[in-house]
Amino acid sequence: MIELEDVAKTFVMHLRGGTRLPVVRNVTFAVSPGECVVLGGPSGAGKSSILKMIFGNYRVDAGHIRIRGPQGIVDMAEAEARAILALRRTTIGYVSQFLRTIPRVATIDIVAAAACEDGIGNAAARERAAELLTRLNIPSRLWALPPATFSGGEQQRVNIARGFAAERPVLLLDEPTASLDAANRAVVVELIEARKRAGAAVLGIFHDGDVRELVASRTVDVTAFAAREEAA
Amino acid sequence: MTSDGDQPLLRAEGLTKLYGTRVGCRDVSLDIHEGEVIAVVGESGSGKSTLLGLLSTQLGLTSGRILYRLRDGAVRDLMELGEAERRFLLRTDWGFVHQDARLGLRMNVSAGGNVGERLMAVGWRNYGDIRREASAWLEQVEIGLDRIDDRPDSFSGGMRQRLQIAKNMVTRPRLIFMDEPTGGLDVSVQARLLDLIREFVSGYGLAAVIVTHDLAVARLLSHRTIVMRHGTVVETGLTDQVLDDPQAPYTQLLVSSVLQG
Repeated sequence: MIELEDVAKTFVMHLRGGTRLPVVRNVTFAVSPGECVVLGGPSGAGKSSILKMIFGNYRVDAGHIRIRGPQGIVDMAEAEARAILALRRTTIGYVSQFLRTIPRVATIDIVAAAACEDGIGNAAARERAAELLTRLNIPSRLWALPPATFSGGEQQRVNIARGFAAERPVLLLDEPTASLDAANRAVVVELIEARKRAGAAVLGIFHDGDVRELVASRTVDVTAFAAREEAA
Repeated sequence: MTSDGDQPLLRAEGLTKLYGTRVGCRDVSLDIHEGEVIAVVGESGSGKSTLLGLLSTQLGLTSGRILYRLRDGAVRDLMELGEAERRFLLRTDWGFVHQDARLGLRMNVSAGGNVGERLMAVGWRNYGDIRREASAWLEQVEIGLDRIDDRPDSFSGGMRQRLQIAKNMVTRPRLIFMDEPTGGLDVSVQARLLDLIREFVSGYGLAAVIVTHDLAVARLLSHRTIVMRHGTVVETGLTDQVLDDPQAPYTQLLVSSVLQG
């Protein structure tokens, strides 16, 4: 479902005299339907950069990232902007730690809009949104409000609800459980397990060891892909 | 969005505009597809407004060409359209939202009249129908019907921009050009306008080219971003790619100069 081959990423900081910051190289692994692969390694090892390259908001400097979409396999390293957007609408879900808030849009509408992208009708989308928000313990009196004024934890849970609302075959999770309490972490674990059972290929970064233990089918150690600056 | 997804709505090739020896815009090429929102970002003098003027045929090209797919499917070179055809396109299939509402509205004509005028230009004659349609669009842009007979010079900046949008939308355009649509507005007014634009472009599957110096506007509204400097394109790509992983030195400078809210 997801296949990385010799992927490399280096940041070039033009404002710092062209300083090169190599992040990863030779990244090679695959994620199959129904499994949850966890990216392991210390902070700064490049876990998040790998997820962002797969989602397409970081460019891929070398190698290939192949994802199976409805029109066949797309290589994110070469795909045009429109092909990447199409894949996001149909295939790839991404849950980051932070909700990028949209002014004035009600919480329930944010989540329902994501569900709508699955092509289910408006009513079914709202039903799914309501169910997810309930499971994630967002009180229904908040649903009609935009999440901009919510607490950090509440915003994160809205973000999770949105990320799980569209049931995509590929799910990328960038520390979705950071700063959640135990009860809500357990809900997220259940949601991930449900997506695995439905055959989704899940790739995630998890800060908490207990969540990692529960959801991981296997771990890929990112330190193996550490890129070192070659001597000039 | 239509099923013609692979055929661009508009294709610009090598657009160049020279003012004497000064470069307004040099060798810019881009495709716009139906339902696609493109942000053109850059600082004052980068050529982004010149590019918008060229794309919308309000400025003449020094060289290059612009192909546009009409509603009947025919692809035409815009420079070869007759003046009447070009005006018809501007009044029906295209919209233009100016930063300065006085360029897009007639300030001494009522709000309803401003919207109705565009309908009359495409052949609407029945007063009752025109007023009904104008009312519906004013409501959509959240202008109270008690203001329909008021002139826009009595409106706030945010209302004027919303009225411009209603005036443009009334003929159901397929492509809308916006030049700093939120420029000069208070932050709270901006948020409301941005949200409205976002709803309209996604709800009606509009293609849009939005010129802005505000990267947050680009991020909120656009699929793709074009970064311009000194009249040329320095970087282009998926909006979140350009903003999260900028490659060109100038884009890195722009992104790093944004104040964190």
